[in-house]
Amino acid sequence: MSSYRYSLGQETFRFDDLKALMARATPLRSGDQLAGVAAATEVERVAAQCALAELPLSVFLNETVVPYETDEVTRLILDRHDSAAFAPVAHLTLGDFRDLLLSDTVDSAMLGALAPGLTPEMVAALSKICRNQDLILIARKCRVVTRFRNTIGLEKRLSTRLQPNHPTDDARGIAASVFDGLMYGSGDAVIGINPASDNVATMIDLLHMLDALIAEHDIPTQSCILAHVTTTLAAIEAGAPVDLTFQSIAGTEAANRSFGISLDLLEEAHQATRALNRGTVGQNVMYFETGQGSCLSADAHHGVDQQTLEARAYAVARAYEPLLVNTVVGFIGPEYLFDGRQIIRAGLEDHFCGKLLGVPMGCDICYTNHAEADQNDMDVLLTLLGAAGLNFIMGIPGSDDVMLNYQTTSFHDALYARRVLDLRPAPEFEAWLDRMGLMAADGSFTPAPAPTGELSDTLLRLSDA
Amino acid sequence: MSTRRIPPAPTGTGPRPLDPWSPLRQLTPARIALGRAGVSLPTARHLEFQIAHARARTAVHSELDIAALQSALGPTAAQLLPVTSQAPDRATYLQRPDLGRRLAPDSAETLRAARSETVPDLAPDLAIVLADGLSALATQSSAPPFLAALTPRLREAGLRLAPLTVATQARVALGDKIAQALGARMVMVLIGERPGLSAADSLGLYLTWNPRDDSTDADRNCLSNIRPGGLSFEDAAHRAAYLAREAMRLQLSGVGLKDRTETITGDATPDRIA
Repeated sequence: MSSYRYSLGQETFRFDDLKALMARATPLRSGDQLAGVAAATEVERVAAQCALAELPLSVFLNETVVPYETDEVTRLILDRHDSAAFAPVAHLTLGDFRDLLLSDTVDSAMLGALAPGLTPEMVAALSKICRNQDLILIARKCRVVTRFRNTIGLEKRLSTRLQPNHPTDDARGIAASVFDGLMYGSGDAVIGINPASDNVATMIDLLHMLDALIAEHDIPTQSCILAHVTTTLAAIEAGAPVDLTFQSIAGTEAANRSFGISLDLLEEAHQATRALNRGTVGQNVMYFETGQGSCLSADAHHGVDQQTLEARAYAVARAYEPLLVNTVVGFIGPEYLFDGRQIIRAGLEDHFCGKLLGVPMGCDICYTNHAEADQNDMDVLLTLLGAAGLNFIMGIPGSDDVMLNYQTTSFHDALYARRVLDLRPAPEFEAWLDRMGLMAADGSFTPAPAPTGELSDTLLRLSDA
Repeated sequence: MSTRRIPPAPTGTGPRPLDPWSPLRQLTPARIALGRAGVSLPTARHLEFQIAHARARTAVHSELDIAALQSALGPTAAQLLPVTSQAPDRATYLQRPDLGRRLAPDSAETLRAARSETVPDLAPDLAIVLADGLSALATQSSAPPFLAALTPRLREAGLRLAPLTVATQARVALGDKIAQALGARMVMVLIGERPGLSAADSLGLYLTWNPRDDSTDADRNCLSNIRPGGLSFEDAAHRAAYLAREAMRLQLSGVGLKDRTETITGDATPDRIA
């Protein structure tokens, strides 16, 4: 382990090791201050960024930030590194790598081929020497396309996870929100419920309800109940119609252990879900959620900054060919991301790092009421991430999650983003909306004023019951 | 492809009608069938949201009015002991949960003085802490009626109570320090929960047997969403008294202590208790 130095004028800054250098180079956020790893001054931060820019990319393969011997995530990252894919950039410094990615010679195909050669530590370090506009411009060149019953992540497309949560998992209350979302053209990434209780019987009931709804109206989308992976495995065992298996994941073995998971357990779930063979156009069956600060919150951060740890979670995700990976950026609270400015920066970093690693990134563009953030900050992040080409966002009635008590993007917000940035739903879902008379596939993104045809039968059933 | 016509401009200043499926609103508290202006929220719906967010923000930044709390507890209540954490202000409190778990030095002194006034052989069984947490509004409005329901039950159980403390800029674990300073065998922290848009007055309750500096969440029993419209004060008091009695009997709390009470339903309305 070597220490790093950088001199700015008369002042020389010393950084004990790679993880310290990366932490000091990270744009200011409350979680790194809480962990005691943030730069002490603005100048120290820039000095660390200058030192990082001069490092050869190979350093990130030779020096670990979390020990290989004691952390299975580090072993996953290094054991699965594709050195042939890395070869074209192996000679570059981090600063030269940034210039290359920004240059017009690099396109989507090259970035796709490069992804298996990149490690989370490389892309995290890269993000630290990028401005917000660099994070947008480079990510926009990445295409990560995944499939189950539709195609997510194509160029100029923006999908939504319909999130119909209810405080007591009431099936009709959930169905009412699903109906509302479909009327607003939401739900092509997944119809995904956060259950209020992690209970197998409740989960199976909800899975059957969503399965019937999707089958009855022939909706080209997939369902998911966001329970613990072991609960989903129990539901699969019981023969429930599981489209996607969900799990929250983090960037260290210890943090994953605090979530009650290991890489072996994720592999078991991946195989069990694939074996159900329920996809029609593809077999990406995993849905992961992440968020900066989760390792620190689990006291499992090893002195590494929270953004680097977040990028390591994407290395976990990509091992299981997920359909969707969602950074729940502002959910964790102000002790990790204090205000709108920090949340916006983190959302752009997460999307950028995930996409460079070949992960189908979406973002829960969100905040809690004790963060210094509001709807205007979310509008900014939504517009920036839309420009950066993110795969999907959340869609929730009126931005208000009445079960989880936080605010995320609404059905209306998705229509705004599609209209202002000329982004369309997944092609199969767009054709369905057109066929159902809910929203013409003419790019105007105007919902129908009232439910039509079969969907009005569903409506009648719900209101009469 | 549908034909679109420009609708006549709405007359008057009232809100645009909701979507035609607005009867579904009775099925969920979620903000469904909001209607739209173009693809955006109609003005009235947008402003309703802003009001709810402003209220939630106000709750987060509200300060506990200790004098008002004292008078709401009634003339027979003993003098409240005010203590504070090492977080000097709300901004620090929100960013440094570690400071919210430590007692300010002069508060530790206050508690030691209170302890020296008690008879040494009669260590209190239970210290109750009223904490601001993330919503002082919740503590301000919900703690007095909850305590009115709880106190007779604790007396009935024969529990010896430490002086009632009121803690500001406080996290749950500050209660561990308070109970140790008071020499109490267990601690019950009533704390304002993170406000949502629909409820800013939710109280949480955490019971910890044998509180120590290294007590964790696994050592605590929790009741949440205590408020009118949530877990009622009567029901919460019933459960809390059960937990306190059982913790005394089993000499433990947390994952080893299960809430086996039945839900109280029916006549216990919050208004009547207050």
